[in-house]
Amino acid sequence: MVPISWYLIFAAALFCIGLFGVLSRRNAVAILLGVELMLNAVNINLAAFWRYGNVTQMAGQVFAIIVFAVAAAEVAVGLALVISVYRRRNTVVADDIDMMKW
Amino acid sequence: MTPDQIVFIIVALVTLGSGFMVVVTRNLIHAALWLVATLFGVAIVYTLLNASFLAVVQVVVYIGAIAILFIFAVMLTRKDMRDSGPQHNKNWWFGALLAVLTFGGLFFLLQGWSGMSSTAPAYPSGFDAISELGNALTSPTGYVLPFEVASVLLVAALVGAVYVAFNPRSGKSEK
Repeated sequence: MVPISWYLIFAAALFCIGLFGVLSRRNAVAILLGVELMLNAVNINLAAFWRYGNVTQMAGQVFAIIVFAVAAAEVAVGLALVISVYRRRNTVVADDIDMMKW
Repeated sequence: MTPDQIVFIIVALVTLGSGFMVVVTRNLIHAALWLVATLFGVAIVYTLLNASFLAVVQVVVYIGAIAILFIFAVMLTRKDMRDSGPQHNKNWWFGALLAVLTFGGLFFLLQGWSGMSSTAPAYPSGFDAISELGNALTSPTGYVLPFEVASVLLVAALVGAVYVAFNPRSGKSEK
């Protein structure tokens, strides 16, 4: 059997790859891609703790499903914001979206 | 090594490699397609964890809906940054440093945890995880309240996304 540490380290690596994408990308859509990677890493942790804990307690899977719903909502609103900004400012570069900066 | 471990290592390496390609590749369409590969890898990891429902939801919701939404958004905003110019900001080295430090910190924290090398308990024979999950999501003693809150959140996000992306001038003057 695979020890739980493999899953946790794998999820941590995926999370850090997503973190790098969020911090370093210029395109706002690419930043959202990084956020998706981070959410997936969290979901792997939830599923792993469900499997390695008490299998009859479904809390881990229920939380993973909540994360799926939140990710879908976040992508819908995030991409709508990106497209709205693109229409008004003609840019998707996160550094140029500075209307609220003074 | 057991077959389980070999399968896990192959899947993990492929997933991490395509995840890395998501954040470094210049062409955003390719990044979205690498994201699809990463999500497939994560779905296989769910299958290895006996979470079959999560694997199906991963394929249907993430690959079927979210990845396609990303490809649509990239195509709608593609005129701006084709493949020319830098795709990373000038502080990318700081982001890379922070990511490596975060991974190191997590690794260090996990090393100190006593349950680190524990293996999974045997999967109970005859245990139906999907019907258990359905019961947990709909029973008042389970998680029916978070389930309903999630549905309210989805409706609010739908209305909000339509409102944000709606352009009142688009009907009259085409830009």
